[in-house]
Amino acid sequence: MDSTLESVDSAEALALGVAERAGFDEDDLMKIGLAVRESMVNAVVHGNRYSAHKKVRFLAAHHDTRFTVRIADEGEGFDMTHLPDPLAPENLMRTSGRGIFLIRSFMDEFEMKRLEPGGTEVTLVKYTVSK
Amino acid sequence: MSVKLNTRQVGDVTVVDVAGRITLGEGSSALRDALREMVSKNQKKILLNLGEVSYIDSSGIGELVSGFTTVTNSGGQLKLLGLNKRVKDLLQITKLYTVFDVHEEEASAIRSF
Repeated sequence: MDSTLESVDSAEALALGVAERAGFDEDDLMKIGLAVRESMVNAVVHGNRYSAHKKVRFLAAHHDTRFTVRIADEGEGFDMTHLPDPLAPENLMRTSGRGIFLIRSFMDEFEMKRLEPGGTEVTLVKYTVSK
Repeated sequence: MSVKLNTRQVGDVTVVDVAGRITLGEGSSALRDALREMVSKNQKKILLNLGEVSYIDSSGIGELVSGFTTVTNSGGQLKLLGLNKRVKDLLQITKLYTVFDVHEEEASAIRSF
């Protein structure tokens, strides 16, 4: 996908289509949609910096009880070990920095990894039945 | 559809009826611009009616926080009205629900200023 806000909308819609067929209820669909949106925004805005020369790879799939979304950008990567806590008092009134926190809150699994030679890939998983 | 804003006066309170999606891009920037304009016009009492907001992401939440800070720093008050479950849940998860003065009914919100 291109590194545009339109791609964010498209990815969210695609993910929700798969999630709906997987049988998630409205509440979970809202959570999935938002988590995918936040992940795509990170890839487009922070990873690829809206570059027309960089793409975002997107996958949404359902298998057994696992609904999986994988998003990869071609950016320079970032320090995943020192993400500020948006709930800390000193960060509460910041105007940004809540995306990853929301993804982790709404999905059952969330993994980030650096890609070689460059880029970041995130994997979001939600179970169709509670574990 | 992005976001639609309708501004009206109820006494000395400026009520902004917000409808649609407050997300990164048009939605969040429209809200930001509207609040900045109100502050520049020295409007001190602002009530954001979010009853028709169907969707908000972290950027939208950021604009609410930014607006609150801007209005408060200019000596004014910004309050929220009519949160649906989605917006309320997001503000609670991010521990912002208690930062804002949130109301469910317009008349009492107006009186609270």
